[in-house]
Amino acid sequence: MPQMSMIEAIRDAMDVKMAEDDNVVVFGEDVGYFGGVFRCTHGLQDKYGKNRVFDSPINESGIVGAAIGMAAYGLRPCVEIQFADYIYPAYDQIVSEAARLRYRSGEQFTAPITIRTPVGGGIFGGQTHSQSPESLFTHVAGVKSVIPSNPYDAKGLLIAAMEDPDPVIVFEPKRLYNGPFDGHHDRPASNWSKHPLGDVPEGHYTVEIGKASTFREGKAVTILTYGTMVYVAEAAVKETGIDAEIIDLRSLLPLDVDAIVESVKKTGRCMVLHEATQTSGFGAELAAQVQERCFYHLESPVVRVAGYDTPYPHAQEWDYFPGPARVGRELKAMMEAV
Amino acid sequence: MSDYEPLKFYVPEPTGRPGDEPDFTKLEIPEAGSARKPAIDCRPQEIKDLATTIIRVMNRDGEAVGPWAEDIDDGVLLDGLKAMIRTRAFDERMMTLQRQGKTSFYMKCTGEEAIAIAHKAAQTKGDMNFPTYRQQGLLLSTDYPMEDMINQILSNEKDPLKGRQLPILYSARSHDYFTVSGNLGTQFIHAVGWAMASAIKGDTKIASAWIGDGSTAENDFHSALVNASVYKPPVVFNIVNNQWAISSFRGIAGGDEATFAERAHGYDIPSLRVDGNDFLAVYAVSRWAIERARRGFGPVLIEWVTYRVAPHSTSDDPSKYRPKEESTAWPLGDPILRLKNHLIARGLWSEERHAQAESEYDEEVRVATKEAESHGVMGAGSSPKDMFEAVFEELPPHLREQRQKMGV
Repeated sequence: MPQMSMIEAIRDAMDVKMAEDDNVVVFGEDVGYFGGVFRCTHGLQDKYGKNRVFDSPINESGIVGAAIGMAAYGLRPCVEIQFADYIYPAYDQIVSEAARLRYRSGEQFTAPITIRTPVGGGIFGGQTHSQSPESLFTHVAGVKSVIPSNPYDAKGLLIAAMEDPDPVIVFEPKRLYNGPFDGHHDRPASNWSKHPLGDVPEGHYTVEIGKASTFREGKAVTILTYGTMVYVAEAAVKETGIDAEIIDLRSLLPLDVDAIVESVKKTGRCMVLHEATQTSGFGAELAAQVQERCFYHLESPVVRVAGYDTPYPHAQEWDYFPGPARVGRELKAMMEAV
Repeated sequence: MSDYEPLKFYVPEPTGRPGDEPDFTKLEIPEAGSARKPAIDCRPQEIKDLATTIIRVMNRDGEAVGPWAEDIDDGVLLDGLKAMIRTRAFDERMMTLQRQGKTSFYMKCTGEEAIAIAHKAAQTKGDMNFPTYRQQGLLLSTDYPMEDMINQILSNEKDPLKGRQLPILYSARSHDYFTVSGNLGTQFIHAVGWAMASAIKGDTKIASAWIGDGSTAENDFHSALVNASVYKPPVVFNIVNNQWAISSFRGIAGGDEATFAERAHGYDIPSLRVDGNDFLAVYAVSRWAIERARRGFGPVLIEWVTYRVAPHSTSDDPSKYRPKEESTAWPLGDPILRLKNHLIARGLWSEERHAQAESEYDEEVRVATKEAESHGVMGAGSSPKDMFEAVFEELPPHLREQRQKMGV
């Protein structure tokens, strides 16, 4: 089986779909000739031509708006917003237009568009290149949000997104583009080729949107997380020796509530972990779901570990970013709670 | 001691407020027939003069004059007049319906009927419109069922949009009418994407985008123009300059000196400024722009100069912000009256036929309204179950659970 980085897996997903379906078009800032600043679309223009893979003006609202118009015609656009930090100019087009076309038109018009965007910190991007705005979108009716943590899922989720009849945002954790992350910024990152999750099948396959995966089985506590934080959780578990179950949500909306409930009922404790700011973050939704559905099974309060409620700082990035030490401290405290 | 006076900024004011006399002296109106008709493949720079004049075809005597008057089929004009009468009858009845409390909201297009109706007449089946909320003529000049429009306005059990949309925000894919958004200007860039898709697939369909003068200040207006400038897709941009964006006059919408048509020049998009109350001019220029786009020469922007006679909506009272007589003083007249006089002068129409047509359309709207009302008014008859459908193609678990809790 081929070994791929997440970038290669994402590119392969677009390649597979473009080869299968003439209606798939790919565009965004710098994605054509140059192949994207992260090189995710490298080579696609050469292979499929400028009519199907092309650069766009620096105009995020225009990228998503044009994609909506193309989808109304019958195409299947897969667009790139260069950083999730720059998705805000396109916010109205996503939440007021793409998300609602089906609803407001009595299903006469739909917007089966895919919006790919690199998300998250750990790359010294500071407040304009490291944000995690996923909860702004999970609050919106009519748009799906997914976030892979490894190349296999990245390809499978992206193909599923491109085949989905509704708009899907694929948040791509850029800290994981080239390899998994052990949660420690001062250690060399390993390569996906040395990791079993770097095994990516050739050709077409999908990872179902709306299904979580159990990244690590455990009995003591459930950690609900996604993206880069899956590996931070893993490091914390190794370092504390606490037998935690790590649920990689993969899909934030729709959310795999059944998987969450099953795990928390088994372990009796729950931590939610993400790098986005804490207040009104996606962890709040997870904590509420667990409280509503698992209250009588809980042996300690649900704990949130998240980024602080500040903009993402550049120089203090590694203090902001939840690391294994912080997660470990909170895990130990949870286990000591009656 | 500073050499400079304290700085000031400028808040534009219209030429008249309530209590003032209407004043349109600033509006320069050239002679009908004086604007040239350029070649279909002209370069944008060659027609910059057409962005500052007003293309007019009908003169004061109701005659069609000048290069844009050529080759207009009599049937198009007769059908256009009837569609305008029908649209005005529809607007009047729907306004009454709102005043009776049978719907929450309505917006008339009084005085602007020629623009949507003549433009639609110049299109071919399959060309897609991306309208805003005052282009009911795009539907009412076709065979789209009037009753369905009223059902939508009433949000009743037969509402094609199942009570999810504000009244008048129609969607009619079968009649090349994109779903209308309440967020202003968002559809302008959709039209560009749709037109690009038509080109990507090697189709021959064009898109028409619609925006009001006020909405040209929105980001998506500029997104659309820059994308059209770059990719040159087959799209016609329509700016309906009806002088008022709710209570804000056009000087607030985007400065009081440059015309809206001139904005296209920075994008290398050819633009024309047209008398929107002159049905013949609207049809002729629309046909030119649509043909140019369909021949592969790229986008065109048209500013339709008109006047919003009616309130912005049923929630608006224009007597609070503009001279009371301003709408009747509009120097470019009424589109229905002007086309009527033109056709009577040519022996194609008569006062009797006009009165008869008005009566027939009043009756048609009355009957359609009565039938629609039998299916419920103000949301009556719609099902709360519909609220949960069509958020996604398939009902996801969380919505199924919420629906079950509601008991529907």
